[in-house]
Amino acid sequence: MLRFIVFRLLQAIPVLFVVISATFFLVRQAPGGPFDAEKPVIPAVKRALEAKYNLDQSLFQQYLSYMGDLVQGDMGPSFKYPGWAVQDLIASGFPVTAELGIYALLIALLVGTSAGVFASLKPNTRQDYIPMSVAMIGICMPTFLLGPLLVLVFGIWLEWLPISGWGDLPGDKILPSITLGAAYAAYIARLSRGGMLEVMSQDYIRTARAKGLPEHVVVLKHALRGGLVPVVAYLGPAFAGLLSGSFVVETIFQIPGLGRFYVQAAFNRDYTMILGTTIFLSTLIVLFNLLSDVIATWMNPRLRDSLRGGPQ
Amino acid sequence: MSEALDVNADVIANEEHGISLWADAWRRLKSNRLALGSLVFLLSLIVLCLLTPWLAPYGYEQQNLELGATPPSLAHWMGTDVFGRDLLTRLLYGGRVSLMVGFIATAVALFIGVLWGTVAGYLGGRVDTLMMRLVDILYALPFIIFIILLMVVFGRSVLLLFMAIGAVEWLTMARIVRGQVQGIRQQEYIEAAIAMGLPVWRIIWRHVVPNTMGPVIVYATLTIPQVMLLEAFLSFLGLGIQPPQSSWGLLISYGAESMEEYPWLLVFPGLALASTLFALNFLGDGLRDALDPRASKD
Amino acid sequence: MLLEVEDLSVSFVTRNGVQAAVKNVSYCLDQGQILGIVGESGSGKSVSCYSLLGLVPQPPARIDSGTALFKGEDLLSMSAARQREVRGDRIAMIFQDPMTSLNPFLTIGEQLLEPLVYHRACSRSDARARALQLLEEVGIADSERKFASFPHEFSGGMRQRVMIAMALITEPELLIADEPTTALDVTVQAQILKLIADLQTRRNIGVIFISHDLAVVNQLADHVLVMNQGEIVEQGPGERVLHHPQQLYTQTLVASTPRGAKLMDRIESAVNTESLLSVKSLSTSFVDHSTSLKTRVTAVKDVSFELYRGEILGLVGESGSGKSTLGRSILRLLNPDMGSVEYEGVELLDLDREDLMPYRQRMQMIFQDPFASLNPRMTIYDALAEPLLYHSTENRQSVHKAVLQLMDDVGLQRRFVRKYPHEFSGGQRQRIAIARALATEPEFIVADEPVSALDVTVQKQILELLLELVARRNLSMLFISHDLSVVRYLCDRVLVMRQASLVESGRVEEVWREPASDYTKQLLASAPVL
Repeated sequence: MLRFIVFRLLQAIPVLFVVISATFFLVRQAPGGPFDAEKPVIPAVKRALEAKYNLDQSLFQQYLSYMGDLVQGDMGPSFKYPGWAVQDLIASGFPVTAELGIYALLIALLVGTSAGVFASLKPNTRQDYIPMSVAMIGICMPTFLLGPLLVLVFGIWLEWLPISGWGDLPGDKILPSITLGAAYAAYIARLSRGGMLEVMSQDYIRTARAKGLPEHVVVLKHALRGGLVPVVAYLGPAFAGLLSGSFVVETIFQIPGLGRFYVQAAFNRDYTMILGTTIFLSTLIVLFNLLSDVIATWMNPRLRDSLRGGPQ
Repeated sequence: MSEALDVNADVIANEEHGISLWADAWRRLKSNRLALGSLVFLLSLIVLCLLTPWLAPYGYEQQNLELGATPPSLAHWMGTDVFGRDLLTRLLYGGRVSLMVGFIATAVALFIGVLWGTVAGYLGGRVDTLMMRLVDILYALPFIIFIILLMVVFGRSVLLLFMAIGAVEWLTMARIVRGQVQGIRQQEYIEAAIAMGLPVWRIIWRHVVPNTMGPVIVYATLTIPQVMLLEAFLSFLGLGIQPPQSSWGLLISYGAESMEEYPWLLVFPGLALASTLFALNFLGDGLRDALDPRASKD
Repeated sequence: MLLEVEDLSVSFVTRNGVQAAVKNVSYCLDQGQILGIVGESGSGKSVSCYSLLGLVPQPPARIDSGTALFKGEDLLSMSAARQREVRGDRIAMIFQDPMTSLNPFLTIGEQLLEPLVYHRACSRSDARARALQLLEEVGIADSERKFASFPHEFSGGMRQRVMIAMALITEPELLIADEPTTALDVTVQAQILKLIADLQTRRNIGVIFISHDLAVVNQLADHVLVMNQGEIVEQGPGERVLHHPQQLYTQTLVASTPRGAKLMDRIESAVNTESLLSVKSLSTSFVDHSTSLKTRVTAVKDVSFELYRGEILGLVGESGSGKSTLGRSILRLLNPDMGSVEYEGVELLDLDREDLMPYRQRMQMIFQDPFASLNPRMTIYDALAEPLLYHSTENRQSVHKAVLQLMDDVGLQRRFVRKYPHEFSGGQRQRIAIARALATEPEFIVADEPVSALDVTVQKQILELLLELVARRNLSMLFISHDLSVVRYLCDRVLVMRQASLVESGRVEEVWREPASDYTKQLLASAPVL
């Protein structure tokens, strides 16, 4: 197992290296620098600024010094927020995004799997159609539409819940979490229904029934583990999706998270900030993909065996 | 000669015509009312959007500042925005863009994915390992972040948007096609074709590709809504289509800003996008059931 | 009386209407008796037993009528909860495919003790002790360690032993075995059959043994029941039903089961030692992708033999013996590592793609799976015309005539020529596949288990078709099969393969009379006979 994880981690390193390098050079190709503000800056000041941020060196030199700093955890100063280092901005924004993401993922997993399993128990009946239709609506309702609608209904018309902020007012975390989690809950519901139906038609479920096991044992003990494999495998991509979804949710609900910083940085051409955030998020996503792979593999005894390595 | 002809004519007259799997699938699809309804809805939407320049009563940039934002009325069925522009007109023009992005990017994904997947799956061995390794690596990349980056760096052009989205979506397509081809590659009719001495290109074209088409069509149908969603997402963030051009994502974004005062500006574009995505997903599900009778409901 | 089934009728309600699967079936079974239920696919033999235990999902299934008294209690009218109590406790089941019938996510031990834990409220440690003991009893040594293993670590035969242990752990009064040896090799089948027979005698339980194979049922059952299209055709003591059948259907079934060498005249006439194909020291290996550890497996090792013009050469072996790989290596569908394959003196392994083309026409292959060997998106016409268009300069007229001629040759009606494979039955598909192989007018055919997937009556028809075609077109054939009786029925000479090597070769009647290798002896002894 450990060997497998180490092996996969080693595989991730070149991927991350390519991501970092590509991002670096891509960002430097962008037209318009960070100091091309509305007001023209005096050339001498601009030169001084460029020197301060190493922009006067050759591209390759900049790359080398950036990579050198990165290894030590230094992502350089932000162009737009003078006095702030990028890693500090990330450190201030990420906990909020992470909290939002975790709530959303929990909602998605709890609601999604239970709805999917519930629907799969009686396929093609009302018990199946109703949750699955709701799930379909959830999939077709993008976050940027669901968010405003929820705000409109629960925030503005009913005035039940606050419409913005994070941790300022009681209950202000509810709407953003639901907004972000809904689509994933819907998708997970469909995945787990499909997975369960697939497993329930297997021969070994017939064996379990032939043994006279109670139905809840058949479903929870014999079917669930196989039925949820697609859900676990989806966790990696879901995590990546949640992060990018949080860009929208944080914008709608004015949450001071990493996603909002990223979108703002994209508009402001805050090079170091874009670069730093991309690197940070990419690393996170690559690691999460790895984690979900490992869990999915671990859940399957056949694959687990091959992880231990070597013929016995 | 004439005798042979007579024999053939006689036989042909008695031939029973078979029902191909396509015809069979179409029959099943027709009996699925939801999927058929979705198909009709989408076709009419496409026709409507194609004919928009001739149908629309107003221009999409045509402002009427005196009028300002008005709720739906007889003159403006879906109301107007703050600049007095007709929402229905803008919605139809936006639909053109959204649908176009959906179809073109999916076509790009389809083309690359099918080619890549077929070659990898059919050749197998080291070529396959190499090609799929690349797909795996690209898969691990955070693409949304990359697309945002591309939009920032190269400016917001629709063409770039097509390419960027297509370049992301082909990965899954390639995986699906490759899986299919690998399965088909092991079927005995492929071995029979090889044993017959048919050239490789003919085997791929006549025996492999037609049998991958089912899942490919299904997946393509399900890719279109994903792509439209991605475009809308980027436009919502202000990184996609540029005003005064409109797309559904952009309209929703504007609608969300002023939803307290003018809720119809959010509701109609939202409805348009959601119902289109709905129809595409239902059609995709219906196609899946129709093309794969084993997975279908009874 | 242990079980009395009276007037059982089951039907399936589908979109296309109601289809009767079991019609007015009645039989009874005593303690200590083995009832064999025989029938071809779709005869309703499995449904008639599954429906007793509520194992057929309703809907689509529907029990129309009947009672099934198990020790005086009606299984069909009892509540689902009561049915569940009986199921797996007093009536146990084993299934056909041991590879898929065990849960791959749970350990063998966990699955073994479940019946005790849920039916008897037995403590886990007591159940464990019982399970370990039973594992030893069904012939699994080192039971402590095996207890914690997962199913994938077991071979097919071992898994079936586990299934049997699992079924017997609650000491049921009735055991229903649905084709329990069909997926197993013949030597393993013999062991499992013996195990079932032993356990049955020792415990004096009732057994219902469902099978398509008359020979297997003959070996095991006291009482035999023959089913066809949902109805009981004939029932009675095994000896009488199988050896002196009264009904026409049973007679056909018995006659279709290949027995003995029937074709003495052929054997006499086919004495010909002109070599057509000469294989020398052939070895083929490939990379095993089934595990993540990519190991090279030698599937064919140093095999040499001659194939004479006009003969049918049998190639027998159990699964994994390399017999299919050998067939495909000869046709260059796989590339051998070393050795030589000479066809009329020409070394095939040295030919490049271009030079191989004429030989591709002269050598063809027939495959096992009639559902996988035809492209589902091509009509019969297209499938048969393709080789004709590719290998000859014939015009459309003559191609059309040739296609119809091929249809005639394999006994298919001409009017089906525009139909698609999915519209045909397995036997008809195999006829189409044979016609396709004949389209290039080959001299030599490799037939890889061409009748294994077919019901016995259809199997007989296809075998006869092959014999007729071989004689009429003067074909030579390498006939690959795991089924000894089929080989004996059809072939002139036989090769026996085991673990990639040839262990025996010779004329069929000589090998059967006096097998040279121990393995062949074991194979012949294991094969059940009717």
